[in-house]
Amino acid sequence: MGKIKGAVIVNTERCKGCNLCVVACPTGTLKLSETEVNHKGYAFCCDVHPENCIGCASCAVVCPDGCITVYKAKVDDATE
Amino acid sequence: MEKSEIINKGTLVYQKPALMNDTPMHYCPGCSHGVVHKLIAEVIAEMGMADKAIGISPVGCGVFIYHYIDIDWQEAAHGRAPALATAIKRLLPDRLVFTYQGDGDCAGIGTNETIHSLNRGENITIIYINNAIYGMTGGQMAPTTLLGQKTVTCPTGRDAKLNGFPLKLTEMVAQLEGTSYVTRQSVHNVAAIRKAKRALRHAFEVSMQGKGSCFVEFVCTCSSGWKLSPEKANQWMEENMFPYYKIGDLKDE
Repeated sequence: MGKIKGAVIVNTERCKGCNLCVVACPTGTLKLSETEVNHKGYAFCCDVHPENCIGCASCAVVCPDGCITVYKAKVDDATE
Repeated sequence: MEKSEIINKGTLVYQKPALMNDTPMHYCPGCSHGVVHKLIAEVIAEMGMADKAIGISPVGCGVFIYHYIDIDWQEAAHGRAPALATAIKRLLPDRLVFTYQGDGDCAGIGTNETIHSLNRGENITIIYINNAIYGMTGGQMAPTTLLGQKTVTCPTGRDAKLNGFPLKLTEMVAQLEGTSYVTRQSVHNVAAIRKAKRALRHAFEVSMQGKGSCFVEFVCTCSSGWKLSPEKANQWMEENMFPYYKIGDLKDE
């Protein structure tokens, strides 16, 4: 039985820290940065729990600024 | 499996639409305009109309849409986008012509142009962003402001006796003979966004088939104007806007 794993890449300089992706994520993968800001002063979105990501792309669909790129891959249990 | 491995070996699920360029958008954090921009860019690319699409940008927050989506654009005087779209569509009938207007532009100063263009059945699509407030100028009362809603110019809430009732432009234009497809959508969650995308594509297809005018309203948030966080603004919209501005197709012929 394979299982789906996902990964997100956030364009942190484009991100405005609106938090909509964090709300949309069903697995708690994303969170706004608490220690860093981008050059515009926004606390940007980070994948704090990348292992939770299932590649559903909900975060990327709701992102008003198109900051998120999502990939997904099938993982075999043997390689897990 | 490591993140880099998923990225290298996996498949791309979602990225910023190809027609949307890297110019940072001037919108406030969490503004619905960005989502609608993405939908327009995606739908035009999927239809293969990138070289044949001509958009008319409004006056209002959406004015700089021509900086963000790489298709042909024309900027209209305040409220006059449907008149310009009429001219372009009549001269170049093979082009996908649409306007992108806010509630101040489409339902305020430009109501006359909007109604008459749709009544003539011009084969254009009007994309109407309704956020119940004048966002760009600092949150004044708009024709679409809900009864009781507080804005800078009605600080105690909109009063029907003094200010009249919120304008249901979409219901009005659905009555016109010239319109072919009239719908009201929203972009507050993933399901709504996917539905809105299908509606937008249908509208563009109908207008390209020459069946008449299409009118697509997006009920949107203005977190800055409403003085709420983007998340709370979505909740406020669901609780207050949706009962008055009901989501769904009003006309599909």
